[in-house]
Amino acid sequence: MIIKGKAWKFGNDVDTDAIIPARYLNTCDPGELAKHVMEDADKEFAARVKLGDIIIAGKNFGCGSSREHAPIAIKGAGISCVIAKDFARIFYRNSFNIGLPIFESEEASQAVENGDELEIDVDKGTIRNISKTKSYKVKPIPPFMQELVEAGGLINYGKAKFKIK
Amino acid sequence: MKMNMAEKILAAKAGKKFVEPGELVMAKLDMILANDITAPIAIQEFKASGAKKVFDRKKVALVPDHFTPNKDIKSAEQAKILREFAYEQKLTHYYDQGEVGIEHALLPEKGVVVPGDLIIGADSHTCTYGALGAFATGVGSTDAAFGMMTGMAWFKVPKSVKFVYKGKLNKWVSSKDLILHTIGDIGVDGALYMAMEFTGPVIDRLSMDARMTMSNMAIEAGGKAGLIAADETTIAYVKTRAEHKWKVFKSDPGAKYEKVIEYDCSKIEPVVSVPHLPENTKPASKLGKVRIDQSVIGSCTNGRMEDMRITAKIFKGKKINSRVRCLIFPGTRDIYLQCVKEGLVEIFVKAGAVFSPPTCGPCLGGHMGILAKGETAIATTNRNFIGRMGSPESFVYLSSPAVAAASALTGRITNPEELYRR
Repeated sequence: MIIKGKAWKFGNDVDTDAIIPARYLNTCDPGELAKHVMEDADKEFAARVKLGDIIIAGKNFGCGSSREHAPIAIKGAGISCVIAKDFARIFYRNSFNIGLPIFESEEASQAVENGDELEIDVDKGTIRNISKTKSYKVKPIPPFMQELVEAGGLINYGKAKFKIK
Repeated sequence: MKMNMAEKILAAKAGKKFVEPGELVMAKLDMILANDITAPIAIQEFKASGAKKVFDRKKVALVPDHFTPNKDIKSAEQAKILREFAYEQKLTHYYDQGEVGIEHALLPEKGVVVPGDLIIGADSHTCTYGALGAFATGVGSTDAAFGMMTGMAWFKVPKSVKFVYKGKLNKWVSSKDLILHTIGDIGVDGALYMAMEFTGPVIDRLSMDARMTMSNMAIEAGGKAGLIAADETTIAYVKTRAEHKWKVFKSDPGAKYEKVIEYDCSKIEPVVSVPHLPENTKPASKLGKVRIDQSVIGSCTNGRMEDMRITAKIFKGKKINSRVRCLIFPGTRDIYLQCVKEGLVEIFVKAGAVFSPPTCGPCLGGHMGILAKGETAIATTNRNFIGRMGSPESFVYLSSPAVAAASALTGRITNPEELYRR
């Protein structure tokens, strides 16, 4: 699979309150949540982000609350994937569980600039920076997480594994 | 083979003799928790999967505590999804208005979570139950749905970091100061993916209320769990309330840790986290003059009886600064009632505070006590991220109840010591 899009750069420790403020958590509709995605980090973001765009951030992306609304809002806004140096634990789990592609790449996290055009080869585990003609390595996805992705998320994995009809 | 507490509980629940960090296990759950924000998605996922019944109606707790009493129509709809599911599934641990409390104060109090349990909760502060010697961690709604379907969750066995608290606590220093100090030392990702184990003579002397405050904030350092081995204090707490059997797990002498960090508590003063990360800690006495508009005392971090009592001790016979709005919200109905019985409510109200029913509302800027642009609050809650308690242009400082109470009286962030020096 190839993911292609324009990078939106954020800093370290982007928390779930910045990704989707709690004042909007009285719904779980992805379209509603998407209207406010990243609002407390960048007010203009939700209005300006385009289908397929990519979020690139520093360390500990998605720290804070367990709200699955955070990856749902990102996915709902049509963002194709998130690349960060690393992710907070619950956000990491949630993203795999709901099928939002996320990638850990220290190189990309440092080198990519706002507006760069990126192309990610998911199978090969590489990020190509088209604007800068550079390539970065992606940390491989653990085999179990790969299994989850292939099953189509945690629920489908569970249905097959535990034979739930 | 030697194992630490986190490894022992996960091994036992996965039916294994031995586990080590990095290993993935599928383990049996003793309790699954979700609230009015996270449960609707879990219930939706559960239904979409085709599952008809939860794996065990006694092992799913639904606690509508965030936007309740319902703050608006949308929130009311969310809460209704929980209510209907709870009735349909005949859940034994559903708590509706009048019975509800803040989940992480409520479940330990009701004896629903006990030492040795393996618990997941669709709420990041689920790590609170680590204070009981249970392995408890926050997950998202889909993990909670999977748990409700199967009674299981997958875990990567975490590395553990051991914290040893030595020396003597200074006056006005509480477990909140210890955990803020710790987060300030290691950073908001200092324990990322790891289990934090709190040990040492100072921890041994802490009450259950105080221990829960520490474990509650493990997530604020990125921790997967915040563990305190069960001892006599724990057993005395659970024996009158436990709903099911408990088991004490203690780390083996010589068990492996990623790191061991020691603190001399006699060097720790009341601590405040300044905006906008819990790791930005400073001694309260070294902040300079920080005026506050609001003081918020309560939450899953500091809404327990001990927190109410210290607040009352500082407020007794005093008046809150006329420019400060003070909101006190106890963790549960029982704590609320105990405050009434002990005459604390009268002290709070006479001092000029608002005494609220238990709710998570103010802590996450949900409802009750929202901050306007440019306003500053001191809060005994757990996060001071941008916009956490209201306007993205407001400011939240985190502290212990003693500091928040003292600050409410003076109108600026104050080390309580100062009030008694005069």
